[in-house]
Amino acid sequence: MTAPAPETTAVTERPLTGPEPAPAGPNPEIPTSVPPPRRGRFRDLATSVLFALLGVGCLVALWSLVAWRSPDLPTPIDAWREFLDLMSSPFHDSGPNDKGIGVQLWISIGRVFRGFALAALVGVPLGLLMGGSRRAWQAVNPVVQLLRPVSPLAWFPLGLVVLKDSPQAAVFVIFITALWPIVINTAAGAASIPTDQRNVARVFRFGRVAYVRHVMIPHTLPSLITGLRLSMGVAWMVIVAAEMLSGGSGIGFFVWDSYNGGNLSAVIAAIVFIGLVGVALDSAFVRLGRRVSTQEATP
Amino acid sequence: MSLQLLGVHKWFPGRRRAPSQEVLRGVDLTIESGEFVSLIGHSGCGKSTLLNVIAGLLQADGGRVALDDQPVQGPGPDRAMVFQNYSLLPRLSLLANVREAARAAQPDAPSARGDELAERYLRAVGLWEHRQKRPHEVSGGMQQRTAVARAFAVQPRILLLDEPFGALDALTRARLQLQLLDLWQNESTTETVLMVTHGIEEAIYLADRIVVMGGEPGPSIVEEIPVPLSRPRDRATLIDQSGYHTVYEHLMRLLTKDDVAAN
Repeated sequence: MTAPAPETTAVTERPLTGPEPAPAGPNPEIPTSVPPPRRGRFRDLATSVLFALLGVGCLVALWSLVAWRSPDLPTPIDAWREFLDLMSSPFHDSGPNDKGIGVQLWISIGRVFRGFALAALVGVPLGLLMGGSRRAWQAVNPVVQLLRPVSPLAWFPLGLVVLKDSPQAAVFVIFITALWPIVINTAAGAASIPTDQRNVARVFRFGRVAYVRHVMIPHTLPSLITGLRLSMGVAWMVIVAAEMLSGGSGIGFFVWDSYNGGNLSAVIAAIVFIGLVGVALDSAFVRLGRRVSTQEATP
Repeated sequence: MSLQLLGVHKWFPGRRRAPSQEVLRGVDLTIESGEFVSLIGHSGCGKSTLLNVIAGLLQADGGRVALDDQPVQGPGPDRAMVFQNYSLLPRLSLLANVREAARAAQPDAPSARGDELAERYLRAVGLWEHRQKRPHEVSGGMQQRTAVARAFAVQPRILLLDEPFGALDALTRARLQLQLLDLWQNESTTETVLMVTHGIEEAIYLADRIVVMGGEPGPSIVEEIPVPLSRPRDRATLIDQSGYHTVYEHLMRLLTKDDVAAN
């Protein structure tokens, strides 16, 4: 046991933010309410930033080492210059062969969102149906399980033949990519409605609409959002490959085009940009999920 | 509305290779309109199952369940239930929980009718001020009061209660018991109440008749004990009345006999 005395003095010495309260107790030396122990927020932040920089530093050091041994690989400094160069006019658009990185990213984001929206439009109702009806589950689940492990890029030729347009085929690939996580997570959520909530709906004779609206959807929402988040993550990964196939525009095309033009620095810079956009997309869904789960009941 | 059960059997199918389990064996029970009946017994003796069969949530494997001579085929608007674990819908406010049930009970009536009933019973259980809160924002007692309000708001003729106050502290329980009696006698058209409980005092305080269920020789009704205490009952002096002790001791003996046999 340590002596409690130093701690008490530390508390009384803490600068007060508000006006000093009048001494309430018989002994003003003893604080009547003790604020919770608080570590410096700034120090926490500084520490975490420091360690993050340490991690990045290690990676860059390793990269420099490899670049030093293999001269074809750009050094971190080359890549940084290219990065700044790309950043200098991200939104210029001078024809199909000269677009700023921002334009390319924006095109890719647009495709991802179109494919993703289509997948959500199809996947959410399908998942709810599967989760709500055993027969629907039995009918759809084998198909889903068979197609889920297939790389979505395998669908590219089919999209190309049916849609006769390679950018549209890329959107179609994203649709396929995003579909499975949405269907599976929605179905799992909808299938796991607790018996007592089902019983409530049965005893109080909820109609189909009231059941879906007040029992099924609220219960499914958290896992539905998880499904959306997962599928958005995969979709953003797959769009790069899909655009390498489809060509013409988009960040995937940019990467492939830079490689063909011998500009590996641009490839590396593009990787960083792709990562940053991915983080932004993911954190948007994390935030959405958090907003939903704060309304969630604790059991 | 009277309730008749004749030779009700229920089996739960065994999972994988486990044998099927008999949960109700030949239950005969008649409850007359206007009665308050408590169903008491050890956990696992089938009393909740019996309640679910009456509610129409479970189908009996044999025998007959009838309400006013009409066989029970599923849940119906004449019955409402208060569940053991409150079972409110977590994302709906307390008001919406009651209101949705009231509306669903009368799908043809204008929704204002449901709103009116929801308000009436939420006020009756003293939760009107908290109507906008969600279930997780209020105490267990308040959640169960909401569940009671929800059950009354559908205006059932028979109210089924599954260990409704088991998870509450003694003071909250006492207050809720009183509220329940008041709602049943003064504030509703509900005639009959059937309550599963494992509290002996609770059973005696509330019921006109206590039905004891036991596991030996098969899960069924062991005995029915009338409670010879006039209403309104005063909890404070109830214990001093002569009938109370007779019933209490009788129940105690019945319920502990099983213990000895089981050990």
